[in-house]
Amino acid sequence: MIEGARWRRWSFFYVPVTAFVIFLLFPFYWMLVTAIRPDRELYKPWSSPLYQPFWTLHPTFQHVHDLLTQTLFSTWMLNTMIISIAATLISLFCGLFAGYALSRLKFPFAGSIGTGIFITYLVPQTLLFIPLSDIIRNFHLGDTPWALILTYPTFLVPFCTWLLMGYFKSIPKELEECARIDGATRWKAMLFIVFPVALPGILSAGIFAFTLSWNEFIYALVFLSSPTEKTVSVGVTSDLVRGDVFYWGQLMAGALLGSIPVAFVYSFFVEHYVSGITGSVKG
Amino acid sequence: MARVVIRSLNKKYDEFHAVKDVNLDIRDQEFVVLVGPSGCGKTTTLRMVAGLESITSGHILIDDTVVNELPPMDRDIAMVFQNYALYPHMSVYDNMAFGLKMRKFDRSQIGTRVQEAAEILGIQDYLKRKPRQLSGGQRQRVALGRAIVRHPRVFLFDEPLSNLDAKLRVQMRVELKKLHVRLGTTAIYVTHDQVEAMTLGDRVVVMRDGWVQQVGEPLELYNQPANRFVAGFLGSPAMNFTTVRLSRENGGLWALADGIRLKLPQTAASRLAPYADREVSLGVRPEDMRVAGAADPDDLAIDALVEVVERLGSEILLDVTVGGTTMVAAVDPSVVANMHDRLRLALNPERLHFFDSATEAAI
Repeated sequence: MIEGARWRRWSFFYVPVTAFVIFLLFPFYWMLVTAIRPDRELYKPWSSPLYQPFWTLHPTFQHVHDLLTQTLFSTWMLNTMIISIAATLISLFCGLFAGYALSRLKFPFAGSIGTGIFITYLVPQTLLFIPLSDIIRNFHLGDTPWALILTYPTFLVPFCTWLLMGYFKSIPKELEECARIDGATRWKAMLFIVFPVALPGILSAGIFAFTLSWNEFIYALVFLSSPTEKTVSVGVTSDLVRGDVFYWGQLMAGALLGSIPVAFVYSFFVEHYVSGITGSVKG
Repeated sequence: MARVVIRSLNKKYDEFHAVKDVNLDIRDQEFVVLVGPSGCGKTTTLRMVAGLESITSGHILIDDTVVNELPPMDRDIAMVFQNYALYPHMSVYDNMAFGLKMRKFDRSQIGTRVQEAAEILGIQDYLKRKPRQLSGGQRQRVALGRAIVRHPRVFLFDEPLSNLDAKLRVQMRVELKKLHVRLGTTAIYVTHDQVEAMTLGDRVVVMRDGWVQQVGEPLELYNQPANRFVAGFLGSPAMNFTTVRLSRENGGLWALADGIRLKLPQTAASRLAPYADREVSLGVRPEDMRVAGAADPDDLAIDALVEVVERLGSEILLDVTVGGTTMVAAVDPSVVANMHDRLRLALNPERLHFFDSATEAAI
């Protein structure tokens, strides 16, 4: 908090923060306004006398209605949901055990394996999709949800592993040692002590993995082609632009509805999520 | 109830030899304290007994069974850690019940045992709380409770009082002692605090650089330290050391140095005879010095210049210089002394300690 005179607080805190918030939220506002604006206002040229780009006096749900009835949007939502959840679960499962092993077990090359996993995360998806598409074709997975469920973990597993590795390291090892003296095997100590204590970290990793899968674009674009298999991010941008006509109302309605699940997941877990990033376990 | 025997125990990390050839015989119901400065190998030794650290060579036996390869859960021990290591997601009750659950005790038995331990430690009212809702002292009690519910054969304590504030530490120290008297379980206790070692231990093991320096009852260590390190480590304020030359004059053995001219009593003289005309370390505990009166013989006193006077109420600590050496004397609170005073300090001739200058072993 800025200390001192009121003008200092205003000029160094409230004004910049407000400007920042407006800047960040404006795209969402634009999405909302466009989504509920009737077509006759949408396609009015900017030079017309009654041009009102920032608000509308005739809000309508026509675009949302059209989006849900005349397009495959609900199918895309379902596809995205299934793919994201499946990819997240797979990645969390792998990340959890890999992260635990790398942070807790002493085995040869543990350090270099950890670094190796991190390096795979650094390979850009825009390069990785080329060899991956070859693999997808060889396994005949193209145009199925499996193409994404199995490729998303290529970047989600390293991500989850690293995040959880860090989190496990912040848990005092005495907790586990004590459990093992108390009569737990290493496996039980991990299941009953380490994982529950790491729950905030696990939730954070899950939320991130879910968000990354939900927003993923390039793999979905390359590996899926039939309209019924597409995810929201690809479906909205490819199938809602028909020919060279932009159906702005539907596009924005799709974008808006598509961002709701992520927003929901974030707000639902925000308490755990924040403590997962900032907090650690005190003895 | 158990005997713990440690035979030629060694622990080597890649380059570092942490524990060197430790031998210990811990009797049933005994409370043994491992004490030493940080990095002396005491915690590593304890962790090897617990099974948390692999053994490089040597043997650990609990009740005549070699436990070297036994996982911690099968050793029937309980350990209290410095940071308590309470399971943060469990209530106090579940923390204490965890070990019993893992050992498949039935519910009613777990309830009885936890209740019993909670009563001993006075934590019945907090059983439903989470560790983060407890104060440091309460957490410490829960950690103790978790150890005692299982009725293990051996208790292991790894600096359990270090995270408590000074007053609480003294209080918990007394409670620990009472608890041990009540339960009679064999205990191994690691600390760097020599007061804890002296007050808690039936026997004390002083360690340095991985070596055991001396094993014995607290007062035995205090009165007959095996070497200069043990002598300096135990006692507060620490023992004063100065280098003296032993010399034969007038039919007696004298310890000579700048400002020091002491005629050694007959018992010491015969022990020290082989060191005549050589330099040795003289050790004097602060409480074995007092301000000399007229009746004190001249040849058992030293000239001192007072540098600082610390009035503690129950005694006065005089920081003095004798020759070139700084010493501390604990004298009677009625003594009138001021900075820069010159005093003669009389020494208790029966309580002088001598150490070989080269080997530091007691003579």
